[in-house]
Amino acid sequence: MSLGRIVALLSRHMYLYKRSFARLLEIFYWPFLDLVVWGFITIYLEKVGMSLHGAVSFFLGALILWDVLFRAQQGIAVSFLEEMWARNLMNLFASPLTVGEYLVATMTMSVLKVTAVGGLMMIFAWVFYSYDILQMGLSLLPFVLNLVISGWIIGVLTTSIIMRFGQQAEVLAWGMVFLFQPISCVFYPIEVLPPVLQSLAWMVPPAHIFEGMRGVLTTGNAPVTHLLWATGLNGGFLVLIVAWFYHTFNICKERGMLVRVGE
Amino acid sequence: MPASDSMASSVVEVRNLSKRFQGFTAVDNISFDIKKGEILGLLGPNGAGKTTTIHMLLGLITPTAGSIHMFGLDLATHRETILQQVNFSSTYISMPFSLTVEENLKVIARLYELKHIQQRIDDIVKKLEMEDIRHRLTRKLSSGQMSRLTLAKAIMTEPKVLFLDEPTASLDPDIVNKIKSFLKEYQRSEGLSILYTSHNMREMEEMSDRIIFLQRGKIVAEGTATEIIQRYGQRDLEEVFLKLAREQNGP
Repeated sequence: MSLGRIVALLSRHMYLYKRSFARLLEIFYWPFLDLVVWGFITIYLEKVGMSLHGAVSFFLGALILWDVLFRAQQGIAVSFLEEMWARNLMNLFASPLTVGEYLVATMTMSVLKVTAVGGLMMIFAWVFYSYDILQMGLSLLPFVLNLVISGWIIGVLTTSIIMRFGQQAEVLAWGMVFLFQPISCVFYPIEVLPPVLQSLAWMVPPAHIFEGMRGVLTTGNAPVTHLLWATGLNGGFLVLIVAWFYHTFNICKERGMLVRVGE
Repeated sequence: MPASDSMASSVVEVRNLSKRFQGFTAVDNISFDIKKGEILGLLGPNGAGKTTTIHMLLGLITPTAGSIHMFGLDLATHRETILQQVNFSSTYISMPFSLTVEENLKVIARLYELKHIQQRIDDIVKKLEMEDIRHRLTRKLSSGQMSRLTLAKAIMTEPKVLFLDEPTASLDPDIVNKIKSFLKEYQRSEGLSILYTSHNMREMEEMSDRIIFLQRGKIVAEGTATEIIQRYGQRDLEEVFLKLAREQNGP
């Protein structure tokens, strides 16, 4: 594993972001709009007297954490799309760059994106709604880290599908994560789901993470069971999805799709 | 690892290489060597298997059968070591449009873990007369400038083997002439081995020490341009090309 080659890929994206208005919008504009809309909904719910104790914390906290998952996934999938659009995949994979280095670089890119978006949303929430997510304390940190890993898993899955099916699948870079939203129980507790979906949700790390977040809000302590489940599931899924990515990459090389992806 | 004597002078050794896609054989059991400091021309009509062969040599397509050795190492098991010493350029590839010429070269230099990056960029920009475009966005380059950029990215890494897939296609004659002169001079001074494809027969004769003619994925002729012309009883390479291409495409 070469750090220099990982830095090379990161620098390629940094050059792009520094002068791309559309990419900066992704970091500043959409998260800000999300926060404004959900902030007003939360205020409305409180005004009409709905008996939602701590509605601001529930909704805004969930929204910020949902964006962590969303941006972590996007950081991986959109980085691949950037290479596809630029017809740069040949330059990358005809160089000594390995698949492992490519994945580590995109994962690092997703962490940078999450840090930028998460930081900005925390500031916006504090300035506009006097909501400080840090009040939940350090017990939230392991859940956030797990969310980032969940984002990587969905991002690598999305990338392997785009690599296999090309441009017709690129919409998944924005849509795939929403497939997991209903069973991730971002804005509602898991018991709201019908029994069949509840069983499915317990197998999805983000459901444990959002349940855990609500636990932190209610009790002030991190529910260890949810944390262990999320970590265990994430570890297992991450190994499986990376193996799946290598497998798909090899299939694409065998079928000559790597040199045609994006055409 | 093959222990043939030819490995001593051959930097590339291809043996019984085949590539079959669903129901279609793109490359059919070809074998050839490229010697140190040699320019080998790969000639053939569209669909003859030239680009597929180059993609296999770059590790971008996995062969169905056969082996590729470079510098005595098997590409299947020593990909990183081999690709560190190999590069390619083609009129048909691109580089990220939103980066400037210099930024693109910096990324490539880091990918190949080059030392003294700025010095290397300064040198290659000067050699290929790109000073005026080094801070220009890649999307604003003309096709000739883009060809020079892809050539610069290939040369900058100081490869021992260079694959050039129609590097002068759709360029105006002045730029073609400059690129050919540069390549010839650079190849002589660095002892570089080159695999060269082109549809321009005169260019092929001019550039190549030896030529391989591919037809429907098979090697149908091999030798110097003069040898091939004599073997087919034609006046020049263009006539040989037309004869073989018509055989491939049918009447």
